[in-house]
Amino acid sequence: MIIKKMLCFSLISLVLGFGLFCSTADAAEDFVKLIGAGASFPAPLYNKWFKDYHGLHPNVQVDYQSVGSGSGIKNCINKTVDFAASDAGMKPEERAQCDGGVQLLPMTAGAIVLSYNLGGVPELKLPREAYAGIFLGKVTKWNDPLIAKANPDVKLPDSAINVVVRADSSGTTFVFSQHLAAISPEFARSPGVNTMPNWAVGTRSKGNEGITASLRTTPGSIGYVEYGYAKAQRLAIAALENKAGKFVKASMPSFQASLGAVEMPEDLMAWLPDPPGDDSYPIVTYTWLLCYKRYDDANKLKALKGVIEYGLTEGQKSSEQLGYIPLPAPVVAKVKDALNNIQGK
Amino acid sequence: MSETVTHESPDRVTQPPGDVIDLGKLEKSLRRPRTAFNFVMSGLTSLMTIMALVPLFSVVLMLLVRGGKRLSLSVFSELPPTAFEQGGGFGNAVVGTLVMVGLAALISVPFGVLGAVFLTEVGPKTRLAKVVRMCAKVLSGFPSILAGVFAYGAVVLITGGFSAVAGGIALSILMLPTIMLTAEEAISMVPSKMREAAVGMGATQAQTVWMVLLPTAFPGLLTGVMLAVARAAGETAPLLFTALFSNYWLTSGGRIDFMQPMASLAVLIYNFSAMPFDNQVELAWAAALVLVLLVLMVNLIGQSLSRKTME
Amino acid sequence: MSAVSESNVGTAASIARAPTFIEKYGNIVFRWATYLFAWLTVFLVLYIVYTITKQALPAISKHGWGFITGTTWDPNTRVYGVLPEIWGTMYSSLLALFIGSLFGLAVAIFLSEHYLAAFVFSLLKAVGLQFHPVWGKLPDQLERLFKNLIELLAAIPSVVYGLWGIFFIIPLIRPFCLAWHAKLGWIPIFGTTLSGPGMLPAAIVLSIMIMPTISAISLNALLAVPPKLREAAYGLGATRWESILAILLPTASKGIFGAIILAFGRALGETMALAMLVGNSNVISWSLFSPANTLAALLANNFAEAGPREIGVLMFAALILLGITVLVNMAGAFVLHRASVGQEGVR
Repeated sequence: MIIKKMLCFSLISLVLGFGLFCSTADAAEDFVKLIGAGASFPAPLYNKWFKDYHGLHPNVQVDYQSVGSGSGIKNCINKTVDFAASDAGMKPEERAQCDGGVQLLPMTAGAIVLSYNLGGVPELKLPREAYAGIFLGKVTKWNDPLIAKANPDVKLPDSAINVVVRADSSGTTFVFSQHLAAISPEFARSPGVNTMPNWAVGTRSKGNEGITASLRTTPGSIGYVEYGYAKAQRLAIAALENKAGKFVKASMPSFQASLGAVEMPEDLMAWLPDPPGDDSYPIVTYTWLLCYKRYDDANKLKALKGVIEYGLTEGQKSSEQLGYIPLPAPVVAKVKDALNNIQGK
Repeated sequence: MSETVTHESPDRVTQPPGDVIDLGKLEKSLRRPRTAFNFVMSGLTSLMTIMALVPLFSVVLMLLVRGGKRLSLSVFSELPPTAFEQGGGFGNAVVGTLVMVGLAALISVPFGVLGAVFLTEVGPKTRLAKVVRMCAKVLSGFPSILAGVFAYGAVVLITGGFSAVAGGIALSILMLPTIMLTAEEAISMVPSKMREAAVGMGATQAQTVWMVLLPTAFPGLLTGVMLAVARAAGETAPLLFTALFSNYWLTSGGRIDFMQPMASLAVLIYNFSAMPFDNQVELAWAAALVLVLLVLMVNLIGQSLSRKTME
Repeated sequence: MSAVSESNVGTAASIARAPTFIEKYGNIVFRWATYLFAWLTVFLVLYIVYTITKQALPAISKHGWGFITGTTWDPNTRVYGVLPEIWGTMYSSLLALFIGSLFGLAVAIFLSEHYLAAFVFSLLKAVGLQFHPVWGKLPDQLERLFKNLIELLAAIPSVVYGLWGIFFIIPLIRPFCLAWHAKLGWIPIFGTTLSGPGMLPAAIVLSIMIMPTISAISLNALLAVPPKLREAAYGLGATRWESILAILLPTASKGIFGAIILAFGRALGETMALAMLVGNSNVISWSLFSPANTLAALLANNFAEAGPREIGVLMFAALILLGITVLVNMAGAFVLHRASVGQEGVR
């Protein structure tokens, strides 16, 4: 009995002692902790910013957890977080539910690419009708004339196209379906634009990592993933036909051309379902940070503004390495202006 | 082979003159159907048991191969790395899992055991007992994500933020049915003569339970608790809605704060396994290995405690 | 008893005596505490059901029965139906339960009959070490290690099982599935090809996840059978397996059945691993290789991004899952009641 009590006591004190021992000495009075949750798409970049910022300002701890854009918006409305993030912005009715108001700030942008697994075909050009048809289930073979005529000097096999789509609802799917709806009226009718559309075709895998795994293990497959993912995992990426009719490869210059082709409106909600321009890559999207318009805690306000400004300036330098598109200078200026809308008491 | 005993006619024994049955001639022969059946079933059971262990070794092997090289002491003292950062660890996640599972056990063990005592001792044949048993069984089929959603509504929205306490509560909802139902089985399997002996000596119900039933049923209780703890340690979905995650140690401004988001191994594995960066994926595997070892350690400690109470 | 108390007249009162005042009131407090926790359990479940129903009401009033019988899930046109998910949940859970119970029971019997200990003992006997102070303990220690290893299967996180299924199980069974489909495709359960995630990988991994529950609790049930029953069977000339099948399993059946019901509950509610392995397609098919969907996986995949309208629909699906759990448990209780009607007073 006594031994049992002693064992329990020593175990508990061990745990607590360990926790105390490992604490960094953040006993400063202006210690601030900010909590954010939301989209998983920008999570790696945000986490890098926050950790680097903590290194420069040890009294500020910012935590971000990816729970999905929808959950992020819910948490924003319920005021259980200090800031949220969303790939799909925030709808007007959602903004109305947030008392005190929300300020949307585009912090970075990314591209969605079509990756494929076709042995012996290192480069593939996909016209609009082809890839829209693939995801509608109309184009079913790799040597379909629509694909063949854009790739005259490539030997395309006479095998079925294995389409891979997302099993879970996600902002990435939302943006991709938005683009497909913009280029194909049939797609807009059904399945339509949604975080989880009723795809007519395709095996479903969970998450970007699931699609990557499926692509790797299924020959003749094609699927959509974030550019950062395809780049880090060295997947083969198809060149897509853009609005101007040119085939554009997925690369930073083409992404930046897309961002530059569309002007950022005053409310900072820019959508690019089909950007114009010869060099523009067709599927790009901004991603937004959702902040309240009023923060009662002066320390939190100062820390938040500091972190956001860091992200807009120093932080943009890490974007490219991680596969995100650095914001164009005019956009950065507009976002910095919008920061002034966030006030204290 | 001469068989002096046939099992069809056990009374007829042919033997040399004398009156002693030669025991050396009683043999177990595989040609007899009953023996053959016995042999086959034993072989089948052993084979199936070995097959049952294969997944465990396969999973542990996969974890070792993919994450073993990251398993070092630095992993316990460092914080999670970011995208292309090298090194890093998950010390805060280990502490977080211990704390939250500990909190969950603190809530669910007394709850479950006392509920089980009610079901077996205090009110076994009442209608309330039937309802409680049904409720516990319904809870056992509860998807883990719903426990998180419920705890979000019940704790996070009320306290206004994510916290380790909410995470502990969500986990305790998942642990409760296993503990209660296993404890009920364990206590009801104690031979009734022990119960009757205690009553015969003048023990009250409380004394019977505390001094006779619970110690005797302790191995069964421990099984239930260990199964529940093992499950709770590996659950991700409830924690995503309640305790979120943290990239820092569990202190806030120099003191331990349970009302802040807390890291956990399960959420770390969930996060990092979805990353395209090799460093983090390796850490996810190493974290899974650490989680399994942690539960094994808790199992062993529990069993050594159980042996001490039996002595 | 009177002889004992007379001889102990001088010492402190023997253990056998009436309860003191404190003990009597301690007992009352204890009884009230157990009543309290019993009621709390009921309130907890009712509160959970209430919270879920409240969120599901808009969806219930809008979709009604069509939700349960519909087969399309299209957020764009707002047509929702979960019949494929209900089918997938029942199919995967029953399949996993079948496989898991077989193996779990085999493990429990293996451990309760001490095959391993006997084997190691005979090995030691061959070397002459069976009574050695250190080596002699080996059989028991190996048995304990074995038991711990089986219980360790329960400690592996759900996410890791999902990843293991994707990286190991699916490539492993793919050639077999393709061969069976090619040769025996006319049998409905082999009707489609395995394109990756599907019912069979999900059921296999699920059965591995629930096996430790069944084996650990069944083992306790088997060990609790009084040894005299087994010895009586041996004394009458039964072989080992005859005594297991005719005496042990029936006596321990209540505990084993309880283990199976608990495991079934776990299988119904398993979220993460199935979300990765079941294929998430809204098809109803007998084929083991076709992708499917379960209610819990539907929740896991859609909850994060769900808007307010979709939350109602998801909560409705959760309510259906709870309903299925209740039905399954009621059926189990009924079966148990009928089976154990003649078994009162075994101990």
